Amino acid sequence: MSEPIAIQAPQPSSTGSSRIGTAGFAIGIAIVALVAVAAVIGNALVPQDPFTQDLGNRLKPPFWMEGTQAGHLLGTDQLGRDYLARLVYGARISLLIGIMTVITSGLIGITLGVLGGFFGGRVDDVVLFAITTRLSIPVVLVALAVVGLMGSGLGLVVATLGLLLWDRFAVVARATTMQVRNHDYVSAAWCAGASTSHILIREILPNIASHLAVVATLEMALAILLEAALSFLGLGVPPPLPSWGLMIAEGKDYMFFSPWVIMIPGVALAVLVLGINLVGDGLRNLLGAERLR
Amino acid sequence: MLRLIARRLAIGVLVALTVMTLAFLLTRLSGDLAISIAGPSATQADVEIVRKAYGLDRPLYVQFFAWTGRAMVGDFGQSYFFKDSVANLIQKRLPITLTLGLVGLSLALVISIPLGILAALRENTWIDRSVTLFTMVGQAVPSFWLALILMIVLGLQLGVLPISGTGTWQHFVMPGIVLAFTAIPALTRLTRSGMIEAMASDYIRTARAKGLSRARIIFKHALRNAAIPVVSIAAVQLGFMLGGSIVIETVFALHGVGYLGWESIAKNDFPVVQAVVLVLAVFYIGLTLLADILNALLDPRLRTG
Repeated sequence: MSEPIAIQAPQPSSTGSSRIGTAGFAIGIAIVALVAVAAVIGNALVPQDPFTQDLGNRLKPPFWMEGTQAGHLLGTDQLGRDYLARLVYGARISLLIGIMTVITSGLIGITLGVLGGFFGGRVDDVVLFAITTRLSIPVVLVALAVVGLMGSGLGLVVATLGLLLWDRFAVVARATTMQVRNHDYVSAAWCAGASTSHILIREILPNIASHLAVVATLEMALAILLEAALSFLGLGVPPPLPSWGLMIAEGKDYMFFSPWVIMIPGVALAVLVLGINLVGDGLRNLLGAERLR
Repeated sequence: MLRLIARRLAIGVLVALTVMTLAFLLTRLSGDLAISIAGPSATQADVEIVRKAYGLDRPLYVQFFAWTGRAMVGDFGQSYFFKDSVANLIQKRLPITLTLGLVGLSLALVISIPLGILAALRENTWIDRSVTLFTMVGQAVPSFWLALILMIVLGLQLGVLPISGTGTWQHFVMPGIVLAFTAIPALTRLTRSGMIEAMASDYIRTARAKGLSRARIIFKHALRNAAIPVVSIAAVQLGFMLGGSIVIETVFALHGVGYLGWESIAKNDFPVVQAVVLVLAVFYIGLTLLADILNALLDPRLRTG
């Protein structure tokens, strides 16, 4: 029996490895590290406060344009808040949501995938059905509906995205578990009298972890983009928290006269996601090279 | 072949029923619906009237079966906000979303298939690397942000396209480009890897040995095999695109089903929210089924169920 196509759909890239080279991997790591540093200590380095309004200094342009204001390197927003301080604070939100979502969705997806792949039969049927159902649910719409009905907030966004983005974890965990479950070291563990839970956690999980790491990067990138989209539509992180998506939404009304208000957070978002994807791509190539050896 | 389709169809129906249950439960998440419908200024008596009028005083399972029973025959109830039946609303909005989806998919295929072939034929050259970089950047750019950039450049600076709204065919160009952009990275990578695999296969070596022209080998022999996964993924991708068009429709104020979903979420119009989730899911299920059938038709090896 052939696999249902829907199960393969979300990861077409895994069939053909894209080779952007080790340079890409290094650039990816550098980008992610830079954003992580900015997220952790950035607001201690930037003298301005991301929440303090200064209505006398609204929409001051960034340093490379004319009419710039001393002390505001990236200018100010429509309420006179320092854009650099907000951008740096936004990095914290993006990374936090990305990491928390991956932890939540990873727990759900890996559990389902490993169980389905290991036990097969009825258990696997149920897991496959869960994956198929999840894939048919329109993610953005449901996420918007949940946040719209229950009220916005950081925790709720993480919970919602975590409950929605586990499909790829499950697909990959299932497929890789099926590959390793018949390896000799698993049989050896059986013979040594190991319990099922011991085999799952100590033998299977470490051997599929590298593949799951690649999925984690992809899901983290996706979660960050989705959070930005939700916040952009006003149903994600609540103001005045400076989510990059929210910054784009707030700048939208001024974008025709001051395009930089949407350029800065948009480029930041794209660069961070590109960095995470480059790391994932590099990890995948490392795995590929390992398999050839 | 028939058994395969019957099996897939049965699974599809089960999935649709599960989604239906989830969609119903989803709209009950907020706690008391009657309070949200009645609005913030309503008195306790108003809330009770609303509760009675909308049948929300009945036990949850009665509400559920009443809704599913009618939804089966295409009756999704009345919208609270639009003063119209939900079925009518969706019927009016669906053609716009479908048009957008097809425009987006066609654009995506027209761009990604040649790009994928080009990258595969020039594997590991700067051309291949540029294509890969392009797909990675394409994956990283948020669609709503790209939409705003296009509005500034094409709408304001060049003034060639309307910035937002629904009406003429021009209104579909920018949303179509943005939607296509969400599918191009995956489709390009898939074409590329399929083409590389096909070019390395035995039948291509045979074709070369027979002295066939390079163009004939590429387009007649290799592309046909490389196209199999692309065609089926394209159908699945269309399903994803219909579901994902909500953001793009909202940015461009294009009055499709996605925009309807967004409006009804903002207005607590839960019969519409339920129905839109279900309709988009059913489209996805139908398209994956279509993909399976297409796959089986294109590749005889998959025909045995």
